Amino acid sequence: MKAKVLLSLVLLCGGLAAPLARAGDAASTPATTSPTTAAPATSPVPAACELPSYLLSSESQLPKVADAVKAGKPLDILVIGSRSTTIPSSESSSYPARMEAILKEKLPPSEVVHVSVEIQSKKTAEETASTFVKLMEAKTPTLVIWQTGTVDAIRSIDPDEFRSAVTDGVVALQKAGADVVLMNLQYSPRTETMISAQPFLDNMRVVAQEHDIPLFDRFSIMRQWNDQGQFDLFSPSRGPELAKQVHDCLGRSLAQFVIDAARLEPAQQQN
Amino acid sequence: MSIADEVTGTTIAGTKPAGTRPRAAAPAITLPAIGERELRLDLFRGLALWLIFIDHLPASLLTWFTIRNYGFSDATEIFIFISGYTAAFVYGRAMLESGVLIATARILRRVWQIYVAHVFLFTIFLAEISYVATRFENPLYTEEMGIMDFLKQPDVTIVQALLLRFRPVNMDVLPLYIVLMLALPLILWSMKWRPDVTLGLSVLLYAVTWEYDLYLSAYPNGFWAFNPFAWQLLFVFGAWCALGGARRMSRILSSRVTMWMAIAYLVAAFYVTLTWYVPQLSLFMPKRIEQWMYPINKTDLDVLRFIHFLALAALTVRFLPRDWPGLKSPWLRPLILCGQHSLEIFCLGVFLAFAGHFVLAEVSGGPVMHALISLSGVLIMWGVAWVISWYKRVADKSGAKTKNAVGNADLAGGG
Repeated sequence: MKAKVLLSLVLLCGGLAAPLARAGDAASTPATTSPTTAAPATSPVPAACELPSYLLSSESQLPKVADAVKAGKPLDILVIGSRSTTIPSSESSSYPARMEAILKEKLPPSEVVHVSVEIQSKKTAEETASTFVKLMEAKTPTLVIWQTGTVDAIRSIDPDEFRSAVTDGVVALQKAGADVVLMNLQYSPRTETMISAQPFLDNMRVVAQEHDIPLFDRFSIMRQWNDQGQFDLFSPSRGPELAKQVHDCLGRSLAQFVIDAARLEPAQQQN
Repeated sequence: MSIADEVTGTTIAGTKPAGTRPRAAAPAITLPAIGERELRLDLFRGLALWLIFIDHLPASLLTWFTIRNYGFSDATEIFIFISGYTAAFVYGRAMLESGVLIATARILRRVWQIYVAHVFLFTIFLAEISYVATRFENPLYTEEMGIMDFLKQPDVTIVQALLLRFRPVNMDVLPLYIVLMLALPLILWSMKWRPDVTLGLSVLLYAVTWEYDLYLSAYPNGFWAFNPFAWQLLFVFGAWCALGGARRMSRILSSRVTMWMAIAYLVAAFYVTLTWYVPQLSLFMPKRIEQWMYPINKTDLDVLRFIHFLALAALTVRFLPRDWPGLKSPWLRPLILCGQHSLEIFCLGVFLAFAGHFVLAEVSGGPVMHALISLSGVLIMWGVAWVISWYKRVADKSGAKTKNAVGNADLAGGG
């Protein structure tokens, strides 16, 4: 008798949890569409890119980006990444290029936006961070988007070491006078059984929190797309089409994320 | 005063219900003299095995049933604690009856079985990863394919795997268990002398691990995902409980203060976990607490996780008495069966998780398929556990004498 009570309790809990999770999604959906309506004249956001707003919002801010745009100074963005920053043989479709295009659309036409990319393939966060001082002497970006974690996860670097490497890197970038956005790993369901991403995701979140900088949660965003069926990331396709679409959405989301984190009012956006 | 008294005490307490129940109800028992199996242990170990299986699959609706979504600790804690408990119960008895040497030999035999199981799983993993390496060329993931680099040096990789230093994802529990079992003779020997001092030493080692950052290195770099120097605390604590500690704590466990503290902690932990899934809630989380609390370290068995497990265990013991009739209900039978053959079912679970990934990737990835895979995985685990039980029963009938002499390695299982 008691077993039945227990079983029904378990089922009840499950039944409650499921709609709860759904309700969370539903509640945030209306907010998702608002950025789209803010700029109706520019290229519409493909349905595939839609995301719940919490994945694109950040409590932390980008004051230097905000100042540059408000003062009409050029916005110089540096993306420091690895091989997943680009698509082999189609650079112009990769997410930094897409972000640049979208930012140019959304910011006032007078605003000069320039995005450069620094690829450090097969380098861990520690190896990459050690180049920052020189790198920042050569370029003086307003904003650095540092995408890292994959190589460390593949080599299963000690998460504590990873955290201090990311911390060092962030500090170096900030010292050089730039705003920083951290970007975490890709969601890669095929290699989920082989690469343990979680400790690296957690530690990047911690560093972002400690230094009050925005974290672009590429992992959750891509997982959301996969779970909602917008993209089939299990696909073994050899063609670049899927990669191009995903990077297009990533670039759009990232542009929106930067605009929101810099708290640029719609007035500063076109229309 | 020695643990002999305590173990005998447990036995007598356990034998009582045995008289009132027909033997057929608990077929896996080969040593009726030991008394009734503690079905709660089997139940929760079975549950832990199912949860570990579900956690190893990609997230789906079923994932919401796993306890890691409702607090800090997860199935691994349950598994290691119960393994320590049962191992101490069986081999502690062996140590008293046949001496340290024989008990050590039997423990080593068990370690060997677990090691072989680990190598078997590694072989399956190699097959899977090689398959993906040759078939999967999505340009979106060229970087992630770097994980295949180790295939270029199979000689080094395989030797490192045999040394337990190269452990792919999801294959961390067995190496931890092997190391803990290797230490078991020492733990038991020390427990025989002074259980409380042994537990104290274990806590000390845990503290030293945190203070001085002890770890076991892994290949190609990094460290063990479950640090044995930290996780031994749960294992030793389980052993300590089995050898009389649980009875001595019964007054603490039955006090209302403990109960309310446990409930308060669980609720707080639940709220914190909730903020991970409903980020809007994190507005109500003081930043200072967040900075103090995070990251909650699984590798070194964070204190928050350990306390969470203790709170769960305290409530379970309180509200689910040993003689709860539901333990014999057919509804819980599948779980108990799985818990009784934990090494086999654990390995099967890891294998099924690999296979499930494979089906999701190759056939289709929809939520229906996902639920189907999870469900059939659980059913397969149950079926195999049933077959093993059946086989043991048949084998025991034909060779009852020899089997009794060896004792029930399975109860000690944990594997």
